[in-house]
Amino acid sequence: MLRRSRPFDEGDRYVLDSFLNQFWPATVDGLSLGAIYSLVALGYTMVYGVLRLINFAHSEVFMIGTFAALLTVELTGITSPLGTVPLIAFVLLLALVAGLVSGGTAVALEFVAYRPLRRRGASRLAALISAIGASLFLQQLFALVVIPWMFDRPKEGGRLPVQSADFVEPVNLFSIGPIDIRSDKLIIFVGAILMMVALDMFVNRTKLGRGIRATAQDPETAVLMGVNIDRIVTATFMLGGAMAGVAAALYLMRFEETEYFVGFLLGIKAFTAAVLGGIGNLRGALAGGMVLGLIEMYGSAAFGSEWRDVIAFSVLVLVLMFRPTGILGESLQQARA
Amino acid sequence: MLLEIQDIHVHYGKIAALKGITLEVDEGEIVTLIGANGAGKTTTLKTISGLRPLTSGRVRFNGDDISRMPGHKRVLVGIGQSPEGRGIFPGMTVEDNLYMGAYARSGDLSKELAEVYELFPRLAERKTQAGGTMSGGEQQMLAIGRALMARPKVLLLDEPSMGLAPKLVQQIFSIIVEINRRGTTVLLVEQNAQQALQIANRAYVLETGHVVKSAQAHALLDDPEVRAAYLGGGAGGEAAVAAAPAETSVPEAREAPDEE
Repeated sequence: MLRRSRPFDEGDRYVLDSFLNQFWPATVDGLSLGAIYSLVALGYTMVYGVLRLINFAHSEVFMIGTFAALLTVELTGITSPLGTVPLIAFVLLLALVAGLVSGGTAVALEFVAYRPLRRRGASRLAALISAIGASLFLQQLFALVVIPWMFDRPKEGGRLPVQSADFVEPVNLFSIGPIDIRSDKLIIFVGAILMMVALDMFVNRTKLGRGIRATAQDPETAVLMGVNIDRIVTATFMLGGAMAGVAAALYLMRFEETEYFVGFLLGIKAFTAAVLGGIGNLRGALAGGMVLGLIEMYGSAAFGSEWRDVIAFSVLVLVLMFRPTGILGESLQQARA
Repeated sequence: MLLEIQDIHVHYGKIAALKGITLEVDEGEIVTLIGANGAGKTTTLKTISGLRPLTSGRVRFNGDDISRMPGHKRVLVGIGQSPEGRGIFPGMTVEDNLYMGAYARSGDLSKELAEVYELFPRLAERKTQAGGTMSGGEQQMLAIGRALMARPKVLLLDEPSMGLAPKLVQQIFSIIVEINRRGTTVLLVEQNAQQALQIANRAYVLETGHVVKSAQAHALLDDPEVRAAYLGGGAGGEAAVAAAPAETSVPEAREAPDEE
């Protein structure tokens, strides 16, 4: 009890020092990690906005995207690290392939796991169970069949991480004061922001985007306007899946490996980001992802990286206690975005 | 006949909402469905626009059987609806809401937009306002204007007077008359039977999923049973506003005060 009476003990000083020393690097890491969370969060939030369904298999949409990117690296036969400009071009190619594969996977999921249930008027709970089932199915399919076959491994090897060729040579592009900006982290951040701006414009300015917003706000009236809901749902899964695919390509560039389980924790984090920002709200996904990424990195800087997940989820619980609708509050139903 | 409903039955789960409704709407008419809450008026409109599946019976439009046509395609054949509760997209601007009305169409919409703004000058003033922040009367105008954007052959109106002050109700009804005068057939569902019967050519009275009466609208205004059940019993007929000729009523609508 004596200890408690001291306002500032050694332990506290250690936490503060270590936090201050690592503040800027943690900010850079937090923003590039947050950018990936944000991109994946878009898929959760869009599907929720239109169908009021949490697509728990979205984490596997991401996972399949990382493998699509990995396979593309293998097929191009790149073995040595690329300089910054060729790297940007190469990441664009990876993002395109992974975006298409993940988008296609998300649409396939909708056709196989969700649409038949909706047709029969099943409850939302049934769709949720179907989502969890699809998620587990895809994980195990990759661990047991796809990975051993694709990388020519024995069956047990399917659960081990798969490395990609080393195609990134991170260089410090420039420094802002004490902050070093590394090429790969900058590519992630800028790439993710550009994708989100593009998606935001698409949803707010195009006819299909207007159809998506109308369906999210009032599906029955949308039908009266001549909106084909099935087509809107397909487009929503495609767009959300493509964003996860782009995130997967960026993830592979940053970490240069993946595994069948890669989507699990990242998916939960991205879902957390979507809820944190206000589920159903596109700009909320951006805000939630960035906030979550920063909190994780600041938390690791202060308390050590083993506390990172504890801190992230504690913040989620706290935010939701005081702001149940998330940071930005309004959803795709009410907001313009 | 433009629209023919032949002995339709509609169920919500096991509960029958419509138990064999037959009605017809001819080109150029205003036809009204009146009846108490739960009589099946809204369900009838939703069935015509394809939001509710038929258990049995047929819906014919322009001579074609559209009973199995999905809802989103019925807009293109010429069925427009202003739904119950107005169904305004709250997060969209007035103009985006209007563009939603023409979602099924493609091409230049400036003529339709100009026409709607001419009919509802108030909407032109509020183009960039979010639909959800408008007053009830303005939302009702927006819902009707939005339905007109698709140039429907028949306009289905579900309780356009709901929740509006008497003066505004009168204004909405004179606009309905004007829309009809310009060539759009109208099928009007109303609880405000007095007003509805005054502007309609013909009327159907619905009770618990059945048509219990159908006649010329003015005849029902004098029908003692209808008076007792739906017109407040008394001799209120003359006190209510007569259907004003469209030529005078529309300028009046334009200058309408802000109130609801």
